[in-house]
Amino acid sequence: MRERVPVWLVVPVVIGLVFLLAPVVALVQRAPWSELGHELASGPVRTALRLSLVTSLAATVLAMVLGVPLAWVLARSEWRLLRLVRAVTLLPLVLPPVVGGVALLLALGSRGLIGQWLDRTFGLTLPFTTAGAVVAELFVALPFAVVTVEAGLRAVDRRLEEAAATLGAGPWRRFWRVSMPLAAPSLAAGAALCGARALGEFGATITFAGNLPGRTQTLPLAVYLELQTRPEVAVLLSLVLLTVSVVVLVALRGRWVGLGRP
Amino acid sequence: MTLAASLSVRRGPLRLAVDIEVGEGEVAAVLGPNGAGKSTMLAAVAGLLPIGEGRVVLDGKVLEDTALGTRLSPQRRPVGVVFQERRLFPHLSVLDNVAFGLRTRGEGRATARRRAEEWLARLGLTELAGGRPEQLSGGQAQLAALARALATKPRLLLLDEPLAALDVATRAEVRRELVRHLRSFAGTRLLVTHDPLEAMALADRLLVLEEGRIVQSGTPADVRERPRSRYAADLVGVNLFRGRARAGVVELPSGGRIVVAGAGVGEVFAVVHPRSVALHRQDPEGSPRNVWRATAERVDVEGDRVRVLLGGSVPLVAEVTPAAADELRLAEGGPVWATVKATEVVAYPA
Repeated sequence: MRERVPVWLVVPVVIGLVFLLAPVVALVQRAPWSELGHELASGPVRTALRLSLVTSLAATVLAMVLGVPLAWVLARSEWRLLRLVRAVTLLPLVLPPVVGGVALLLALGSRGLIGQWLDRTFGLTLPFTTAGAVVAELFVALPFAVVTVEAGLRAVDRRLEEAAATLGAGPWRRFWRVSMPLAAPSLAAGAALCGARALGEFGATITFAGNLPGRTQTLPLAVYLELQTRPEVAVLLSLVLLTVSVVVLVALRGRWVGLGRP
Repeated sequence: MTLAASLSVRRGPLRLAVDIEVGEGEVAAVLGPNGAGKSTMLAAVAGLLPIGEGRVVLDGKVLEDTALGTRLSPQRRPVGVVFQERRLFPHLSVLDNVAFGLRTRGEGRATARRRAEEWLARLGLTELAGGRPEQLSGGQAQLAALARALATKPRLLLLDEPLAALDVATRAEVRRELVRHLRSFAGTRLLVTHDPLEAMALADRLLVLEEGRIVQSGTPADVRERPRSRYAADLVGVNLFRGRARAGVVELPSGGRIVVAGAGVGEVFAVVHPRSVALHRQDPEGSPRNVWRATAERVDVEGDRVRVLLGGSVPLVAEVTPAAADELRLAEGGPVWATVKATEVVAYPA
């Protein structure tokens, strides 16, 4: 049975929709369309755009490399400390990104817990470098990969893995030839969400990696900065980010947990 | 003996403890009701489920032995499985499904595909090779699953209810194909089923499994003629009694007495075929040595015969023609006399 929306619900629903939609409409409406091509081609914008694409892509790849095994453990293991593992992976999801940035500084900064050792052993310094921006994005985006892939792996029919085992496939082959292909849609969804989150990352990046044009100044940082001096460029860059978000949303078509039906 | 498995497994409320041996080239069928532990037993032999205690030996090679602490993982056992739900890989073409096992066993891509094509041709699925499993009918999917299992040339083939998921129309057809390919397969074959028809059509030997235990093992004819459990007797449609034989009479725990021709002494089973039970309206006098006063508890018309469930000191099922039922004016709850000749009762030691 399809339920009719009660009348008294209509008002808050409309207000809610307007509230969510109005900023987007305003953004599109105020965009300096005529200068679009010119501004996008200009040096600083292009630099920020390229840097953002490179860092978010790198963060996504790393998130999948680390996230898929984590998701696997969460979906399959019966380890007693699994709840702890889950809490740790979900923490960045609820942690304010700025706090994440500060925490990263304390851990990976040149005098930090691990950073000290990285610096001494490999001469690797993360804060205020492009690699640092990638690390900051990875930190906030990783849970998205884990959560989405975990849901996908849980949906994989274990009986197919058993069938593969009776056909001589060991764990490695079962993982690559059966589980991963069957979980492919959730891998794609996880990567897309992760990429979108990494692309939009602001707080952790500015705290941990700073705001150095060409090195750590990604699109969101550029938006914030341009808003002080050249608002029309900020609007333009926002539009770019908005487009990416819409594309991801359409590509997912409700595949992510919580988005419900397509 | 090529497969010798003696194992016990605990799984939920089920306690499976079986001791089975299947010879070279033999087709053995484990027959049992749902929940008897049939699938659990197959999973244990295939290595998909660790056994609690015991050992599984195939061709003299130990696959698992809890006393020695050895256990081969399923992928290392030369065992092929055809699952009831087929479990074809949905992301692979039918051809790649069949080639899967060949690839894992180290065949090159081209060789694996060529051999898979040969298997599909043998099962008449050539046209469907490029399709996805979801495009196959139930029967075709079952045959594809069989091809996939056989392609790796296992020493032991396990089949879990191979026909249960099929509709009646395709079942007969797939059963014929299955018989043909099971015959041509050289290794040992073990199938589980709850369908006596399937078991008798496919197997040389039946193992009747009930509540985790093998209660009878023998040829289909053995089980048909001398069932050793209520379940087996119901499957073949006969009345089974268990009692103590003394001087040509079997005394039932219920107090009933069955006169038999030469039953020996001690615990025996006695089988009475429903068709050898005659019904009368009055107490008959004459040759039959067994005369029981009974109540017709249920009267079911099944096509050209009427099955009458009789209550009394010797509860049993009689089968009469509709004409006879009319003549007797059989009604549920009505009194009736049942007679069986002593020579029609088959008795054998329990």
